[in-house]
Amino acid sequence: MDAMPKWADVVLVPVVSLLLAAIISIIVFVAVGQDPWEALKLMSYGAVGTSDNLGYTLFYMTNFIFTGLAVAVAFHAALFNIGGEGQVLLGGLGATLAVLFVPWPHWTLALLAGSVAAALFGALWVAIPAYLQARRGSHIVITTIMFNFMASGLLIFMLAGPLKPVGEMQIATAVFPETVHLPSLHDIAQLFGLDTFGRSPVNISIFLALGACVGVWALIWHTRLGYQIRAFGQSESAARYAGISAVNITMIALLISGALAGMMAVNNTMGINNPQLVDNAAGGAGFIGIAVALMGRNHPVGIVIAALLFGALFQGGAELSAATQIPVQIVVVIQALVIMFTGALDEMVRSPIQKMFLRYGNKGVGAPAAVLPEGEE
Amino acid sequence: MDFFTFVQLGDASVRMAIPLLLACLAGLFSERAGIFDIGLEGKMLAAAFLAAAVSLVSGNAWVGLLAGIGISIALSLIHGLASITFRGNQLISGVAINFFAAGLTVVVAQGWFAQGGRTPSLPKDARFNGIDFPGALTRVRDKMQADPWAQFYSEFISGHSILVYLGLLTVPLSWWVLYRTRFGLRLRAVGEAPEAVDTAGISVVRLRYTAVIIAGVLCGVAGAYLSTAVQAGFTKDMTANRGFIALAALIFAKWRPWYALGACLLFGLFFAIDNRFQNIQLEVIWIMTGLFAAAAAMTLYALRRERIDLIVLGGLSAVLVFVGLATWIGAMDEAIGATAALFETVKVPSQLIQSLPYLFVVVVLAGFVGKAIPPRAGGQPYVKER
Repeated sequence: MDAMPKWADVVLVPVVSLLLAAIISIIVFVAVGQDPWEALKLMSYGAVGTSDNLGYTLFYMTNFIFTGLAVAVAFHAALFNIGGEGQVLLGGLGATLAVLFVPWPHWTLALLAGSVAAALFGALWVAIPAYLQARRGSHIVITTIMFNFMASGLLIFMLAGPLKPVGEMQIATAVFPETVHLPSLHDIAQLFGLDTFGRSPVNISIFLALGACVGVWALIWHTRLGYQIRAFGQSESAARYAGISAVNITMIALLISGALAGMMAVNNTMGINNPQLVDNAAGGAGFIGIAVALMGRNHPVGIVIAALLFGALFQGGAELSAATQIPVQIVVVIQALVIMFTGALDEMVRSPIQKMFLRYGNKGVGAPAAVLPEGEE
Repeated sequence: MDFFTFVQLGDASVRMAIPLLLACLAGLFSERAGIFDIGLEGKMLAAAFLAAAVSLVSGNAWVGLLAGIGISIALSLIHGLASITFRGNQLISGVAINFFAAGLTVVVAQGWFAQGGRTPSLPKDARFNGIDFPGALTRVRDKMQADPWAQFYSEFISGHSILVYLGLLTVPLSWWVLYRTRFGLRLRAVGEAPEAVDTAGISVVRLRYTAVIIAGVLCGVAGAYLSTAVQAGFTKDMTANRGFIALAALIFAKWRPWYALGACLLFGLFFAIDNRFQNIQLEVIWIMTGLFAAAAAMTLYALRRERIDLIVLGGLSAVLVFVGLATWIGAMDEAIGATAALFETVKVPSQLIQSLPYLFVVVVLAGFVGKAIPPRAGGQPYVKER
């Protein structure tokens, strides 16, 4: 089946899918009476035009790297974790409990404790769906969707009840103590005498996200566990025959996935300018992770690029809606188109390209069939 | 609670259940044909918007209904294209459709009406209004003083919009189509063993497309009902997860039409209770007994299984015990002491009541209350052997 060289699979197919999504987006812009070229200019200025805006883009990118990795790890085991949204909320709860009620002397310790707690809570929130998938055969997609709804109920209950500071009206926790505020990239840049990123919330956890990328890369392609996860994802029956425990791999892959999603909370709960847990802490990032993972072909490098693109889209979309009559939901439309074309309609894009290569391209290209495809099918 | 309260509760349950029921039957046709459809939510939402918008412009709710069905079918065809023709991942396609509808309805509503992503309020004749049956009382005060039978007739039987009665009729109709027609037999077969259907010389592709189109029609009616009968116009995200709850009801009903009616009425009742009784209170001792019993049952079950069961279910039991104790400690204060705190009443959080349908689904899916087995070929694209 591998008629294509590897670069076509990794680069050409996603780019063509993206172009198709862009064409439909342009049609949407025209339909609501907005000049697409003008919109693109506004959005790109909003995303990278000033160093402040770039900071916001990188902040969102950090979120999407975590959720993208979370979806990707589950995809490698042929599992669809659609519950990133709920796991992010629970991660936020974990980080908040760890940071708000323990007087950490320094932010480094708080970062460590917060990350561990966020990962733990995220993983615990997926533990029940994972267990039900592994042992009872309940479909992970339905159970994680249900757990998303329950997570938002639980969070609102906690924020409106036990975690609400006395006398506050806002449904949110208290602002975390000054000592545990994570340094923003603005602070770090100032150490080197630079004045960049302004008031934007991009902070040190961007390095945590990049570290997580390296970690996932090492895990999936350079450990025995990663091999087992991929083998299980490619063919469950073959993996079983090779002595890989389906129950264990399902559980472990989903727990890692939930932990990664939970760790997003370090960025968007502990890392923001007034760190506190608010009721819509996830802001759809759990779902954008699906688009990011699909577009990034489940590979950390692809995920970073896709996350950057979606970060820019998210920030640019916010600026666009501030400057024009276009509501911010335009981002959701574009996100849906990307999911559709890179995910569900993949075959529509792939098969003509494949045919093209079969007809014209097979002369100079060695034997690509020997190379395992990077992403899943 | 007097009899009239019960009648009102039943009446509200039916109202709440209708969109669930229509979406649930939509999912039923689609999934019985082997196409998973988690895009029910998106199709309903798109239909709700377009039905409201077209009703407003044309002044006729029926034209709006047709428009809603049209957009819903269009989205169904996209789902069919992705999952039948191009054999893509049906779940991903459904997710994409949900987001597409959630975003586009707001963007287009803003572009057309400039009212912050909603349509203006529909006038009375551009909506589906309640039909009062002959002899039914219409004023609440009259109903309260009437005898039980008149209350039941006036409140529960009469006074719904035409779509409610049509919606209820789709249940026997679906049952008849699925179990008493040749088409229904083939439809069910294509969800279980498409290769057998193909061998018999019947087009799998055409059958599956027909099924997703039927799903589109039903979702379209459900969406139009929300925006032109229950409410007067479209508001952002007005379907409020009903598409997912319908999926849950479908699983609970094990993909059977009459059970779907029961499941949807039950979930409708959950919503009605939540709407009517904001304040449900329980004594601490009952909460603790319930939680401890659940924890004990789970642990006992896990003890006879493997280690992984013990870890997960034991952990969950520990959480339940913790919640029980936290409730108890929360009810204590110096004035009453620990024993008296057991008999204090505490308010059950409304978030918990709202989460009940979801919790219920997870329990059902867990297979402890009768195992739900989906159609065998569900979710798998059909590839003809070469």
